[in-house]
Amino acid sequence: MDVSGKVVELSGILVPLSRPTEAAAGETGCWRTRRPLIVYDRCKGCMLCWLYCPESAIARVKVGGRLLPVIDYRFCKGCCICATECPSKAIAIVDEV
Amino acid sequence: MPVLPLTGNYAVAYAVKLARVQVIAAYPITPQTAIVEKLSEMVESGELDADVIRVESEHSALAAVYGAALAGARVFTATSSHGLLYMHEVLWWVAGSRVPVVMAVVTRAIGVPWNIHTDHCDIMGQRDTGWLIAMAENNQEVLDLTLIAFRLTEDERIQLPMIVGLDGFILSHTTEPVDVPEQELVDGWLPGRRQVYRIEPGCGLSVGSISGDEEYELLRIDMQKAMERAKTVAREVGREYGKITGRYYDKLVDCYKCEDADVVLVGMGAWMGDAKVAADMLRSEGIRVGVAKLWYVRPFPREELREICGSKKLVMVFDRGLSLGHAGHLFLEVASALEAKPSMVGVVAGVGGVDMQPEDFVNIVRRYVGEVEEKGRVYKHLVWYHRGAFHEF
Repeated sequence: MDVSGKVVELSGILVPLSRPTEAAAGETGCWRTRRPLIVYDRCKGCMLCWLYCPESAIARVKVGGRLLPVIDYRFCKGCCICATECPSKAIAIVDEV
Repeated sequence: MPVLPLTGNYAVAYAVKLARVQVIAAYPITPQTAIVEKLSEMVESGELDADVIRVESEHSALAAVYGAALAGARVFTATSSHGLLYMHEVLWWVAGSRVPVVMAVVTRAIGVPWNIHTDHCDIMGQRDTGWLIAMAENNQEVLDLTLIAFRLTEDERIQLPMIVGLDGFILSHTTEPVDVPEQELVDGWLPGRRQVYRIEPGCGLSVGSISGDEEYELLRIDMQKAMERAKTVAREVGREYGKITGRYYDKLVDCYKCEDADVVLVGMGAWMGDAKVAADMLRSEGIRVGVAKLWYVRPFPREELREICGSKKLVMVFDRGLSLGHAGHLFLEVASALEAKPSMVGVVAGVGGVDMQPEDFVNIVRRYVGEVEEKGRVYKHLVWYHRGAFHEF
């Protein structure tokens, strides 16, 4: 089935079907007024931030044999739930403006 | 074909069984009816091979069958009154997703105060959602229209959900003889589930995620086109149904003695039976009255009504509910459908289940036939009849 947009015509019927894709609703990082910053010296790699992020904007990246969280600022809206949940206080919050 | 004594509730359940529905969901407390209770019994005894999902609310009941329908199952739910209002949001989701779903609505008044008897405010409140809406006059029509709903909604030209309405208590809890078609006949007439897409594990598709405004509007335009097509398809499916049962639903409006009538009573639901008795009583007095009963409210049978009512002396629309602040639901629709306006009177009555007898219809018709004779032309948007009293607005 060829589904490239948000709407597709199937047997003459228009239906609201789409495929989940990165940036389907645009790059929402521009909504952010506060920026969470991971302080890697303190990060223990527990991945609670990755688990809690409501936008799935945190990736798990292998760095020098360690699995670390990396925030994708193209999509991070700045809710800072990650900073609130971090048990190691390893996420700082800075103003964007 | 066996004739069984069935309540309206049971007539729905038998139709659902004959349609070989696979998933049923319902919230089993007031204002639910015996429809899903009977279906649960059929599933329990092995007569019907379906899954019954007991949910915690009507909103969830429709959401559950919506999900099952997207996955490709033939589904059914039933509700009434406040339950339907609680479902209202999900009705839009189902219709907009273009997924066939069939639901029975036992029409009942909406509080306050609490009232368990019939009027049509609940079902008429769903007119804008994109569901096809049919209304039965008796329990035979309940069974027939429910069966027709499955084939109509799954037709590849339509792909919209459908409500079949039946008056609370007057039909839902009253037993009448109902001709139940044989399973083999229905199997030959109703093909297996047809839908233009399915959401299955691994398919990688999502339904209804945020779109551009233009795409949204294009989807709505397509729904309107399907509604217009549904008029032709409903007649076609109703004709095919007639071939296996002898009962033809090959039009959207069922007429009783309309051809030579000077006065046509327009309405829907069980009390149209009383209107027909009244028509005969008035005919014995020399007033030629006919009854145009709507089988379908959505799509609205504009063209048929123009044909039936266009050249009559007086068209009286009977509504068992209204849009407070204006007039009866059907009056507004019929008045907007007729290009050349004959004399028209919009009558609201029987709200909250207040009983209406043929004598009441006779009383109302006589009064306005007299007024038309006296004045030549009469146009009243709302006359609210209550127990012999006329409240003209």
